[in-house]
Amino acid sequence: MIAYLCKRLAWAFLVLLGITGIVFVVVHLSGDPAALYMGPEGTKEDYQILRAALGFDRPLPEQYGLFLWRAAQGDFGRSLRHQQPTLPLVLARLPATLTLTAAAMVLALLLALPLGLLSALRRKSILDTGGMMFALAGQCMPTFWLGILLILVFAVQLRWFPVYGGEGLTTLVLPAVTLGVWAMARTARITRSSMLEVLHQDFLRTARAKGVGEWSVVLRHALRNCAIPIVTALGLELGNLLGGAVITEAVFAYPGIGRLAVEAVINKDVPLIQAVVLTVGASILLLNILIDLVYVALDPRIRLA
Amino acid sequence: MAPHLLAPFDPAEQRLLARFTPPLTRAADGTLAVLGTDQLGRDILSRLIYGARTSSLIGFLAVLLAGFTGTALGLLAGVRGGASDHTVMRLADMQLAFPFILLAITVIGILGPSIRNLILVVGLSNWAAYARVVRAETLAVRERPYVEAARSLGLPVPRIVLRHILPNVSASLMVVATFGIAGAILTEAGLSFLGLGVPVAIPSWGGMLAEGRQYVDTRYWLALFPGAALFMTVMAINLVGDTLRDTLDPYLYARRSLEQL
Repeated sequence: MIAYLCKRLAWAFLVLLGITGIVFVVVHLSGDPAALYMGPEGTKEDYQILRAALGFDRPLPEQYGLFLWRAAQGDFGRSLRHQQPTLPLVLARLPATLTLTAAAMVLALLLALPLGLLSALRRKSILDTGGMMFALAGQCMPTFWLGILLILVFAVQLRWFPVYGGEGLTTLVLPAVTLGVWAMARTARITRSSMLEVLHQDFLRTARAKGVGEWSVVLRHALRNCAIPIVTALGLELGNLLGGAVITEAVFAYPGIGRLAVEAVINKDVPLIQAVVLTVGASILLLNILIDLVYVALDPRIRLA
Repeated sequence: MAPHLLAPFDPAEQRLLARFTPPLTRAADGTLAVLGTDQLGRDILSRLIYGARTSSLIGFLAVLLAGFTGTALGLLAGVRGGASDHTVMRLADMQLAFPFILLAITVIGILGPSIRNLILVVGLSNWAAYARVVRAETLAVRERPYVEAARSLGLPVPRIVLRHILPNVSASLMVVATFGIAGAILTEAGLSFLGLGVPVAIPSWGGMLAEGRQYVDTRYWLALFPGAALFMTVMAINLVGDTLRDTLDPYLYARRSLEQL
């Protein structure tokens, strides 16, 4: 178990190293960040000064080594735009995005599990067809369009929620629904298909023969056995949700890490971009390791090795 | 394919007098604006028709690139096995776990928005699904008697792969590619919506939505129609994909593995 965790953490570390490498190469593909940041208006002298001050005049391997060395010490450089260390900037925005993602995930699960379950139990009924049409529509819905439609109906016409900004929970509702619909649709479809597979298994007949109540058969015997595919899907969904947050945050002007990333990209703030990509990457890798641990808790037959 | 035959107006033509004409009313210059006009008086229907070309071009070429890369790597992993298999699958896991949009906005933000960059980014960051399916199918096909027969005839490996294995995995590949086009179109629109996709001068559904968002409180039609076009296109492609999957795949196990995508 411990050995497995160490292996996973080592692998996660390698992946992060790979990502830093990719970002580093991309950033330097187009010349150097100093020129990018300055734009065409800067004079040659200014450019030389900025380049030297930021260390972009050194050889590339040296820059990369220096970046890794500093990152290992928790220093991800200073943001060009905000003139502050990048890590606190990113960490300040992280809770908002994590709240949004968690809310979307909870919403998705609350809808998807009953929907998938009932569709599987009442196969080929109106509920099944309707539910799956709904799920298909949810999967085809462009996040940003859904966001705009929700604003149009609930904020502009009905005035139930603020269009942008606002206080407390009300700010979270529309973005969380927008972000959660896609995950909901997929989870519902996977729940349905894995339930269908489990439903005619022998152990369910045995449970019924023992006189176990129908509800208990479905929830304790059937649902538990399709937990693994559902959790796997949710794990993949996490990455999508954090990525989708970039667009959702743009639609609702929600102050999370996604907007920070878009702003950083538009301002060509290279150190900030690197810090955002690394932080999000690290969170996702850690969450995926957590999900593997959940497998063991859900199904004692699984041994991690 | 030939938007100029269908579109009633030039999509770039600005008529400031006719700006914000609501759908199905006559603009100030007397022409009928079927879906209304935008903040510069450009005809929304014409822009939608031109936008369809942008979307399908990017979706198709990106999937071609992703499918080619993914198939090549999947075949390599499935046929060679061992270390190449391990490396390819770990790379695929890595790609599937990471929110690709973050890398995409980084790359586009730095290389600059253009259709070519979009195709490269969307294509090269979506190969993992193809690699996984091709590998799984190759592992199954590789043990079939006809492959063994080909091998015992002493045929060269590339020939066996191209003539005996690839045709037998192509059905699943088609299904994944169909869903892939829908995904690529959505991604392209999302990036254009953020201002990091198709350059503003070219009509695109994502770009139109981004402009429409600014006027959503009073001029709903600016954002409504491009979104609806996007939604219906993606829905149609996904329905085709569902049908393809049901007709091409008689095997339940293959269907299950595709449903996990």
